[in-house]
Amino acid sequence: MAKTKELLFDPVVNNNPIALQVLGICSALAVTSSMAVALVMSLAVIVVTAFSSMFVAMIRSQIPSSIRIIVQMTIIASLVIVVDQILKAYAYEISKQLSVFVGLIITNCIVMGRAEAFAMKNGPIESFVDGVGNGLGYGAILMIVGFIRELFGSGSVFGIEILSKVTEGGWYYTNGLMLLPPSAFFIIGFLIWGVRAWKTAQMEKDEFKIAPNTKLKEA
Amino acid sequence: MSSSNESVKKTVTVALVLCLVCSVVVSAAAVVLRPVQAVNEQANMQMNILAAAGMYDPTQSIQAQFQQVTSRLVDLETGAFVTEMDAESFDQRRAAKDPQFMRVLSAQEDIASIKRQSRIAKVYLIEKSGQIDKIILPIHGYGLWSTLYGFMALEGDANTVAGLGFYEHAETPGLGGEVDNPNWKAQWPGKQIYDADGVAIRLVKGGADRSDAYGVDALSGATLTSRGVDNLLKFWLSDAGFKPFLDNVKQGRI
Repeated sequence: MAKTKELLFDPVVNNNPIALQVLGICSALAVTSSMAVALVMSLAVIVVTAFSSMFVAMIRSQIPSSIRIIVQMTIIASLVIVVDQILKAYAYEISKQLSVFVGLIITNCIVMGRAEAFAMKNGPIESFVDGVGNGLGYGAILMIVGFIRELFGSGSVFGIEILSKVTEGGWYYTNGLMLLPPSAFFIIGFLIWGVRAWKTAQMEKDEFKIAPNTKLKEA
Repeated sequence: MSSSNESVKKTVTVALVLCLVCSVVVSAAAVVLRPVQAVNEQANMQMNILAAAGMYDPTQSIQAQFQQVTSRLVDLETGAFVTEMDAESFDQRRAAKDPQFMRVLSAQEDIASIKRQSRIAKVYLIEKSGQIDKIILPIHGYGLWSTLYGFMALEGDANTVAGLGFYEHAETPGLGGEVDNPNWKAQWPGKQIYDADGVAIRLVKGGADRSDAYGVDALSGATLTSRGVDNLLKFWLSDAGFKPFLDNVKQGRI
C-alpha cells in the first residue's frame, strides 16, 4: 500500500516528469494557453500513460527485445487514436482546440519513457499506478502553467473572467506574451527553479568547474 | 525475458498479433464513434452559421434553430441557383479542390490569396413570410498565418451586413485572433457593402468614424490580419465572388 502511494505521488513533486526529468516540454508549451484545454490534455495523457504502461507490462515477457520499442509505440499510438476519437465524439469543442496535440501524445517522451523504464520491469498493476502518477505529475505542471498563462494572458480562469480586460471596457491590459507558447518556457523555467530550491536533492551537480583565471598577475 | 523470445519466428508472431489486435481496436473505435462525430461536426457548422447571422441562442437546441435555414447552391458566375445538385451534401471546401468544380484564379484576381475557388457556392437563406430575411455567405481568405474561414450574414436587401464571424483560423492569439472578439464583431451589423462605385466596406486603420456606414475598425496590432480580412471581403463581394448573386437578389430575380 505504501508502495502504491509512493508510485502515485512521487512523480508529482519528487520525481516530476517535467520539472525534474524535463520531458514532455513540447506539449506543455502548446496546450497551456487556457486551463480547460490543459485539463483535458492532462486527462488524456493520464489515460494513455496508465493504459499503455499496463498493456506493455502485461505482455512484457513476450516482447522480443529487438522490437520492443516499436511494440510500445504501436500500443501507445493505438490508445492515442482511440482517445482522440472519443474526444472528437464527446468533447468536440475541446478536441478542436487541442487539434494535433492529442495525436502528438504518441511522441510525448513521458509515455514512452514510462513504458521503457518502468513497465518493462514491473507488473501490470504497478505499471498502471506508475502511469497514473506520471500523468498526474505532468498534469500538475500543466495546470499551474495554464493558470498563470490564462490569468495574465486573457484575464480569466477556466474561461471565467477574473481581471476585466481593457478590450471589454475593464482595466486590465492583457499580457500578449502569455498567450504565446514561449511564455511557457519562462514559467516552466521558474517552476523548475522553485522546485529545486525547495527540494535541494533535485539540484544537479555541476558537470565541470570553472577554474580560476591562470593569467599571471602583475607583480 | 527468456532467450526463446529472440527467435525470428517469435518476433514475427508477436509483431503480427500485436498489429492485428491494435488495428481491430482502432478501427472499432473509429467505426463506432463516427456517427456521433458526424453529428458534432454538423452541429458545429450550423452553430457557426447561426452565430454569423447573430441568431444563435445557446439555450436552445441547434437543430431546432437551424430549421429555419435553407441551404442553396449558387453558380457564382451567373448568380443563379443551381437546382440539379443536392445542396445538403455539397461540400464547398472540398469542391474547391475538385477539378469538376474548381476555378483557378489569376494572380490579378486573387486578392484573397486562395489560389482556387469552387465555381459553385453553398449559401444559406433564412426566409420570413416568403421574403428573404437573411443571406449567409461562406467566405475565406488568407490572413497573416492562416486561411480564415467564416460566414458573412446580410439582410434581405443584400447590402446591409447582419453579422460576420470566422470559425476557423490560426491568427496570433490576442492580436489577429481578436477577429473572434465579440466587441469587434459587434461593429459589423448595419454596415453597408456597396456604394455607387462598387464594394465600399473596408477596415480602417486607427479606427473608423462612427458615422461611416462603410468602415469598420481594423484590429490594433494586427495590420496583416486586418488587411487579409479586408481583401477577402473585397474578393467575395466582387464579380468573382457573390456580386452577381447579390445583384439578382436585389433586383428580385430570385
